[in-house]
Amino acid sequence: MSYRSLSLSRRRLVAGATALVGTSALALPALAAPRAFPEKESLKFGFIKLTDCAPLVIAFEKHFFEDEGLNVTLEAQANWKVLLDRVIDGQLDGAHMLAGQPLGATIGFGTRADVVTAFNMDLNGNAITVSNAVWNEMKAFVPMQGGKPVHPIKADALKKVVDKWKGQGKPFKMGMVFPVSTHNYVLRYWLAAGGLNPGYYTAGDISGTQKADVQLSVTPPPQMPATMEAGTINGYCVGEPWNQQAVLKGIGAALVTDLEIWKDKPEKVFGVTRGWAEQNPNTHVAVVKALIRACKWLDASMANRAEAVQLLARSNYVGADAQVIGNSMTGTFEYEKGDKRPLPDFNVFFRNHATYPFYSDAVWYLTQMRRWGQIPETRPDSWYMETARKVYLPQVYIQAARALIAEGKAVESDFPMKTDGFKGLQGGFIDGLAFDGRKPNDYLNQFSIGLKAKDAA
Amino acid sequence: MELAQKYLRSAVRDPGARLRSLGFSLGIPALALALFLALWAALAPRIQTSLGAVPGPAQVAGQAHALWDAHFAERRKRADFYARQEQRNKERLAQDPAYRPRHFSYNGAPTYLDQILTSLTTAFTGFLIATLVAVPLGILAGSSRVVQAAINPIVEIFRPVSPLAWLPIVTLIVSAVYVTTGTPLFQKSFLISAITVTLCSLWTTLINTAIGVTSVDKDLVNVGKVLQLPLSTRVRKIVLPSALPYIFTGMRLSLGVGWMVLIAAEMLAQNPGLGKFVWDEFQNGSSDSLARILVAVLTIGLIGFGLDRLMQLVQSFVVRR
Repeated sequence: MSYRSLSLSRRRLVAGATALVGTSALALPALAAPRAFPEKESLKFGFIKLTDCAPLVIAFEKHFFEDEGLNVTLEAQANWKVLLDRVIDGQLDGAHMLAGQPLGATIGFGTRADVVTAFNMDLNGNAITVSNAVWNEMKAFVPMQGGKPVHPIKADALKKVVDKWKGQGKPFKMGMVFPVSTHNYVLRYWLAAGGLNPGYYTAGDISGTQKADVQLSVTPPPQMPATMEAGTINGYCVGEPWNQQAVLKGIGAALVTDLEIWKDKPEKVFGVTRGWAEQNPNTHVAVVKALIRACKWLDASMANRAEAVQLLARSNYVGADAQVIGNSMTGTFEYEKGDKRPLPDFNVFFRNHATYPFYSDAVWYLTQMRRWGQIPETRPDSWYMETARKVYLPQVYIQAARALIAEGKAVESDFPMKTDGFKGLQGGFIDGLAFDGRKPNDYLNQFSIGLKAKDAA
Repeated sequence: MELAQKYLRSAVRDPGARLRSLGFSLGIPALALALFLALWAALAPRIQTSLGAVPGPAQVAGQAHALWDAHFAERRKRADFYARQEQRNKERLAQDPAYRPRHFSYNGAPTYLDQILTSLTTAFTGFLIATLVAVPLGILAGSSRVVQAAINPIVEIFRPVSPLAWLPIVTLIVSAVYVTTGTPLFQKSFLISAITVTLCSLWTTLINTAIGVTSVDKDLVNVGKVLQLPLSTRVRKIVLPSALPYIFTGMRLSLGVGWMVLIAAEMLAQNPGLGKFVWDEFQNGSSDSLARILVAVLTIGLIGFGLDRLMQLVQSFVVRR
């Protein structure tokens, strides 16, 4: 009996049944099969002392890792390079990583290795701070309202100061945490949007300061306030608590937060090596499950955020004063001493599908790597898609999500189940441009400062 | 011990004299200490750093208390962890009798007391290795003019080298040679710190042992030669008893140097002891950090003092036999 000989309603029934069987076949492994236990149970994860290591800390302290049968040790690392190297050589099973690290490692900028991620830890969470001296010079150029600066502050105001310094022969230096850090790209984006050239990377010169108006260099996060106080750098872009620390200790002022530069910017990821992910698929899913629960807990209520602040203030986690940490994690942000503004989205851990590893996020970081010359040659759009698919593993995330739904710890609407990995046209950038994850080369051609799609570094 | 005996003897003979000597040896230090604390409490709040004012004795005592409490809180958390694990194992066994119960060890951060123990263990390991190398070598150098002339330039060159200069080399060598899979017996950071302590403290023992051996009475050495004693007997019966005070002086000095060096080595090698505690507090930059660092400073000083006294006790026990 052929399909066409069936009546219309029967055809619809068959089509519906096939669809049902099809989707349930996908869901079947998680629902019908016995719970798959982790291959490796004792795990060591690295983190850097920043407030957005919170998902790892909460998953540990609230026993979410234990619930998955995992015995996790959290170990603070000295800096981002040590952290990445230790994941690559197997001393750490996984780590709190900058979104650019798995991508940079895969494309071979820095240590070459296959690093993948199935989990985006948070959105936003960074800010750009400058020293008091620079802020005092900038204030004349910043639009004010009622005696207070109007936010977001654009880099145009900084450009006036930098130009003045150039005239006096003084170099303007800023710090960021790692060459493939989100901070590097956000700082460069903000500077370029204000007309300042943040410098290029070339095949021969990986310091990133070719033709720079502002010289950027790497400083580990905890040393940034001290380095700025010493005058070695005049400002920096870093995660918390290092901006609020500078503001509350009176050594600088925060100019702009990265959610004002790009609303809902993906920030940290949970990175593992491809080899580890392939050898330990059940463990990977179990880890992602625990982290999803942790992020959901963090965004569930302000009371939870307050509890998280107290946990992070312990000296083996972030260690800064609870007041400094709480300044940015509980719905506010203090730009300069005494000027606290409400900013509930400074840290987003679960809302707006923050934890799903969207391919378009990976593509954005790759475009910025290309914009500044870390990717020296032209690449077709297909290359960006392929690289994103190599590094981001949404299949693992969905498996974890489905397992949580089956266990009743989450609901279907928490997750973007129907997405193809691309967010569509994204706005919310400080320069008003729009980003379409499927057209990276077109996106690159829109910028006035930065390599165009076809330029050589 | 000698002090107590002295007091007892003098107390029996002349209570007035006893009171005077007591006043001298206990009263004056106590007075000086009180003066020091008062000066510290007065001057410290005047110095403002970016981490707040320099802490006075009250804050330091407060943080010492906080560290003590934190230790016990952590021990309670550890007990809770094992209780939860037992519970989970029971539940799993009830569901699936073939399940192998897991017995993980607790993964919390080391407490302050754990860190003190780690530092002591590392220091003693380094010191022990240094002694095992330096004493035989020193005896050899003291006995033979050839050996002494041979190793003298090497010792003189390496003696002033700071641990910070040794550390990168030691780190690279240990990382290359000590390949570990799974959970190793010794952590790399432990080995690096211990070896750095060894490298810095063995010179003093070596030199003092050599001096001790060369200053053995020539008559005794001749007796050994005349009786044609075997080497081991000569060393045990003639050389060692005379040289022992020098060896122990060398060991005491070595231990002191080693303890100092350990703190620097731990900071750089990230061995989870007092050095790492100080470094982490500095990096954390909380308003309690300075007070906690001062607690660590005082702890390091007190332990160093205790170790020195311990060595003196061991020396007086061994040498008198």
